Amino acid sequence: MPRPCWARPWCDGGRQGLTLPAVSHYRLFPKALGRLVAALGVQELHLALTQGFWRTRTWGQPPLQAPAGAELWVWFQPTVMDVDKAWKELSNILSGIFCASLNFIDSTNTVTPTASFKPLGLANGTDHHLLRYAVLPREVVCTENLTPWKKLLPCGSKAGLAVLLKAERLFHSSYHSQAVHIRPICRDASCLAVSWELRQTLTVVFDTFSSGQGKKDWSLFKMFSRTLTDACPLASQSKVYVDISPKNKEKELLEVTPTPASVYEAIVQGDKRTYAVYDLLSPSLFNTSRSLNVQLKWKRPQDSSELPTPVLHAQRYVSGYGLQTGEISTLIYNTHPYRAFPVILLETVPWYLRLYVHTLTIITKGKENKPSYIHYQPAQDRRRPHLLEMLIQLPANSITKITIQFERALLKWTEYTPDPNHGFYVSSSVLSALVPSVIAMKDVDVEQSPLFTSLFPSSDGSSYFVRLYTEPLLVNLPTPDFSMPYNVICLTCTVVAVCYGSFYNLLTRTFHVEEPTRGGLAKRLANIIRKFRGVPPL
Amino acid sequence: QGRDLIPVLSTGEAAPRFLCSKSNSFSIFQDQAEQFFRSGHTNNWAVLVCTSRFWFNYRHVANTLSVYRSVKRLGIPDSHIVLMLADDMACNPRNPKPATVFSHKNMELNVYGDDVEVDYRSYEVTVENFLRVLTGRIPPSTPRSKRLLSDDRSNILIYMTGHGGNGFLKFQDSEEITNVELADAFEQMWQKRRYNELLFIIDTCQGASMYERFYSPNIMALASSQVGEDSLSHQPDLAIGVHLMDRYTFYVLEFLEEIHPASQTNMNDLFQVCPKSLCVSTPGHRTDLFQRDPQNVLITDFFGSVRKVEITTETVSLDSDLAGFESNLPKDELATEPLKYAEQLPVAQIIHQKPKQKDWHPPGGFILGLWALIIMVFFKTYGIKHMKHIF
Repeated sequence: MPRPCWARPWCDGGRQGLTLPAVSHYRLFPKALGRLVAALGVQELHLALTQGFWRTRTWGQPPLQAPAGAELWVWFQPTVMDVDKAWKELSNILSGIFCASLNFIDSTNTVTPTASFKPLGLANGTDHHLLRYAVLPREVVCTENLTPWKKLLPCGSKAGLAVLLKAERLFHSSYHSQAVHIRPICRDASCLAVSWELRQTLTVVFDTFSSGQGKKDWSLFKMFSRTLTDACPLASQSKVYVDISPKNKEKELLEVTPTPASVYEAIVQGDKRTYAVYDLLSPSLFNTSRSLNVQLKWKRPQDSSELPTPVLHAQRYVSGYGLQTGEISTLIYNTHPYRAFPVILLETVPWYLRLYVHTLTIITKGKENKPSYIHYQPAQDRRRPHLLEMLIQLPANSITKITIQFERALLKWTEYTPDPNHGFYVSSSVLSALVPSVIAMKDVDVEQSPLFTSLFPSSDGSSYFVRLYTEPLLVNLPTPDFSMPYNVICLTCTVVAVCYGSFYNLLTRTFHVEEPTRGGLAKRLANIIRKFRGVPPL
Repeated sequence: QGRDLIPVLSTGEAAPRFLCSKSNSFSIFQDQAEQFFRSGHTNNWAVLVCTSRFWFNYRHVANTLSVYRSVKRLGIPDSHIVLMLADDMACNPRNPKPATVFSHKNMELNVYGDDVEVDYRSYEVTVENFLRVLTGRIPPSTPRSKRLLSDDRSNILIYMTGHGGNGFLKFQDSEEITNVELADAFEQMWQKRRYNELLFIIDTCQGASMYERFYSPNIMALASSQVGEDSLSHQPDLAIGVHLMDRYTFYVLEFLEEIHPASQTNMNDLFQVCPKSLCVSTPGHRTDLFQRDPQNVLITDFFGSVRKVEITTETVSLDSDLAGFESNLPKDELATEPLKYAEQLPVAQIIHQKPKQKDWHPPGGFILGLWALIIMVFFKTYGIKHMKHIF
């Protein structure tokens, strides 16, 4: 039940929060999302639909990672009275817009994190009771989710960079993640006025080896089976960045065609990177040919591991045997040679895996590691999942192992999904950390930096914020045999009918002796013949 | 949502007969009017349901998507189609060609396409949701794309496919819908005036049993097989590894590919679509509840969409001056000092967060009873005279 502000001890009655402008310009901003934000009092909305898992150890640090399935987290404005009701309406409306089963988000998979998921946009104080976070790990992502995502763009998929996005190529990949982020941002450098920003991101990892290329050379045509023809007329900026950072300080390892007009150097995620920039709005780009097909060729054959080991990566698995108990283990690796940093781990476990918090152990380098902050909210059967949030200090160059034991509960037979033998998913855990960067980052002008670096606001140049997700887990719950009720009914009814029926007949029927009838004509004739033969009559 | 423009001519069968004696040219208009409104419907809806889960039931999803494709091609927009697919075949990990669903071997026709909108997915396809969509008794928070917002002038096409038996259709291997339930749902639709005419097509084993119990008027039903017969699948594709389509829907799709929005083909042709030589089962149909003669019912009455267009020769001038519009918008307030972004990992703030106050609940019966017992025992042993020392 919502309690008014004066009855909640932690509510600052006087603070009104940010005064956000009304969403009213729909020339570029899609009206469906604008009306949604205005009607439900949303301050920030982040929705990600992902298929696959980002392999941090082989692919490096992700620019923006999302857990497998559907992830939705929303900050509401302080003026919203009933946050749970607004959350339910929001998930229903989004399920209609994005053709995803987001209407399955309810109190059994929603949590309110207290330390992670701070707002990514402008915020005036953060009361975590206005935050809701939910993950649906079983959600499938396919063309029907991509189609409405493309329709939100001002030019749709008819012009600009989005012409490349055809479903048949995008889903033939190892990882596909599409996301929508709405947040309030500074309108200009002075930051006195607030604007709404809608950011749509699409992260795809193509596997050129499995799709038959064999070599590591790629081109836009090979990946997307089409090329760029023009920029969206409504865009003020339309650029393609290709990472051509030299590895191990060697130049001339790769070659990009056509020759880029400019090169951009920046420190992204603690690493010095060089990008070739193609500006689709500059008239000189389409001078020679009407289409732009960016190609990258490697001069020398490359060996397998060229990406540096990421500073922070994690792994999670479930162990144990049988269908009664088990153990969830999370391993967090800090590969920085001399710096230690804290990380927040957020775990959401469904109620049917009963966690035993007294078995929670955190071990680093053989010794116990006590977290500086723990927030644990136990589950309530069929109402609320487990929420475990911890702030753990990771020493330099170490592996931290967090284990917790659980017991599996028995569900009611109507609560099983139609395919219960597939297993039940436990959503990914979230690691949020300020990773110290190897190279100091200068304060970059936000206007000039490319869009893929400006989602997480950075406070100082010595570290960058990263949010990682571990693997989702698949556990088997004790599953009954669903054909047994039918079998039992058949068997019991047969037994009862045979036994009871026989007794009933014996007790209630009266028996008469039946006189043998004289028989018809045929029988009498047969009897005469039989008498002649000497055989007893019928 | 469904009301298109009604032209200037009169509506329905009640043409103004008193005017017909006036002039010859007017009677031509009146004939045209009668022909125009022969069917009596103004908008079209389609509810397409695939009820089977698991990879080896690929053909049921392909069936439903072929009908979806034909219906979209003939003009029914996505907002008027409720598509329910019980499992995802296109992005299934076992699909060698992701984001595609083929209906013909050698991968000739991708019925999934690039612009598909699935309204009910995966676990949402249940008997309860299906009946709620039909009868309109939907929870208030359901989005528009998941509702069947038909009225009494809507022609609705309902197509169902999956595994069935004599009198029932299986939903997702865990529940069934019986023909009695379905007939009652249609009766509810009739009483709430949710349809003008309804075409029900079912492609399952023993499909004819599903339409035996209908009793509401204006329903025409087609099934792929009679009671006691099985509907068979068409052909497997060796690259994908499963059967791609069912025979009846395959030949219906072939038939529909010939139809364009202006064709005059009628329902009798659809009844002949899959004879026993091609289909192995005997397709059946039921027209006794339908008021019009199937000869006069066009295929596009159900599979296409009505567009009543009024042509005008006047010119409409748009206001090209938008300067006044821009200045009417409210000005945003400016903050007095620069706003800042929230800190992503405020370690000090997190560690020193105030402990969460527990909600105060009044003591329950047990606690009250316990305290009453303790106080009673105390005063019993020590006597009432000590009370003045306590209070």
